[in-house]
Amino acid sequence: MNEKVIWMLIEGIGETLYMTLGSVVIGYVIGLPLGILLYVSGKNGLRPCGLLYRILDFLCNVIRSIPFLILLILLIPFTRLLVGQSYGSTATIVPLVVCAAPYIARVVESSLTDVDAGIIEAAKAMGANNMQIIFRVLLVEAKTSLLTGFTITTGLLLGYSAMSGTVGGGGLGDIAVRYGYYRWQTDIMVITVILLIIIFQIIQTVGMKLSKKLDHRKR
Amino acid sequence: MIAVEIKHLTKNFEIEGHTVVALKDVSLAIEKGDIFGVIGMSGAGKSTLVRSINFLEKPTGGNVYVDGTDLGTLSERELRRMRSRIGMIFQNFNLLEQRNVLDNICFPLEINGIKRREARKRALELLDLVKLSDKARAYPSQLSGGQKQRVAIARALATDPQILLCDEATSALDPQTTASILGLIREINEKLGITVVIITHQMSVVTNICKRVAIIDNGKLVEEGKVEEIFSAPKSDAARELLAGKKISFQPLKKLEEGRRIRIVFRENSAYEPILSNVILKLRIPVNILKADTRNVGGKAVGEMILGLPEDGRQQEDMIRELKEAGVSVTEVNEIE
Repeated sequence: MNEKVIWMLIEGIGETLYMTLGSVVIGYVIGLPLGILLYVSGKNGLRPCGLLYRILDFLCNVIRSIPFLILLILLIPFTRLLVGQSYGSTATIVPLVVCAAPYIARVVESSLTDVDAGIIEAAKAMGANNMQIIFRVLLVEAKTSLLTGFTITTGLLLGYSAMSGTVGGGGLGDIAVRYGYYRWQTDIMVITVILLIIIFQIIQTVGMKLSKKLDHRKR
Repeated sequence: MIAVEIKHLTKNFEIEGHTVVALKDVSLAIEKGDIFGVIGMSGAGKSTLVRSINFLEKPTGGNVYVDGTDLGTLSERELRRMRSRIGMIFQNFNLLEQRNVLDNICFPLEINGIKRREARKRALELLDLVKLSDKARAYPSQLSGGQKQRVAIARALATDPQILLCDEATSALDPQTTASILGLIREINEKLGITVVIITHQMSVVTNICKRVAIIDNGKLVEEGKVEEIFSAPKSDAARELLAGKKISFQPLKKLEEGRRIRIVFRENSAYEPILSNVILKLRIPVNILKADTRNVGGKAVGEMILGLPEDGRQQEDMIRELKEAGVSVTEVNEIE
């Protein structure tokens, strides 16, 4: 393997991490408040609002039911409008975020729903307002579950970022498709796959370890 | 002085299109400094009643007054302020699992905008009161049930409440731990003069600690009064059922043709005489003693017996009359299946 290929792989790792982390961060900026809103407006939420819940619920389900590859193509005009071009790693972040945000919202909603209703009732009985309940009770009590959700989402987006390689998204997936598939260079394909597995394992292990370490419920 | 007054309280729940009546026209008044028990079977509506006192459940009809303020007239903000003056503890403790003991006690102070250093100082004082100073840094998962409830009590007292609501606070605890938690609640009541409202399905809790008691059955207040009075002379069926406890299932050795069961309670003045023996010797009527117990009612030992009387109606009447004359209170037994 020559130096050129090695540099290409290193660049690929960089792009993959950039896309994954970029989309996770922006995804959470949108998805976390959305998830909180879903929980709060839900039937057993802090301030149930059927209409708002149904709208958000519908939106999340619609986006989540579109396969990522199709979303990628469907969003090309929107991506071009936002980034100026429809290929490359930065452009890939746009469909990744659109795909991730509703997914994150659901994961967050489910984490918050798992918080013991008795604890919320106790906070209410102490005179806490809804904001205090969200930020000092719900998000704190659900932190391990939220972190687990974060880890799973990051793993998912790593996979999706590789998928974007088929449309010139950059990163390891792009390399795997261009060299491994179009040029029949199986060795490069195998290496990219191994690299993806390693990155995935690191994310998963660190995430789970951290979530366990922060959990005070069981000792 | 009245601490809590409930007037014609009604609460309906809408469950899948059906209206379930949880409370029907309940009125009662709780004196300042009292330890007031609310007892009833599960599903009787007692939990709804206690949640009406801090408006966690908003009534469908009627009014709740705390220190003379009608809770129904308060804005959300005023209501939250009021709630911070009413402490509450729960069957499942409801501690914040991701915060340690000290931070749990600081929580109500934090949400009331009290500075961290001040809150910590107050929390440490309260930990001392509940005798858990060595557990300040422990997390709830490392504590026993009794210790968790002590933390919950400390947390409920952090904001200097005038009223403490206890929702089945000892139902998840074993008898010894229950006794120590009740002892702590009594101590708090005496030391700090806090009005305590205790919701329970255990008569032993009521007789142990409460001064007055209300009996709730099917959403209605069926009886209310001093614990000693209701213990020795229950008027409602629900009270009798709660006092008799489970159905006596064993067979006496020598089977008597039993016609009727009665419950007698010996008061202090009658506890020194062999009343039952005297009556039996005098009337020559045999009775079966099905159950005999001594209970602690408001700090006094009170004897209680359940007797099986013979089938003959005349003999039954004679027996009951003699017992009443001897100063023993007599009630019919309603047993729970």
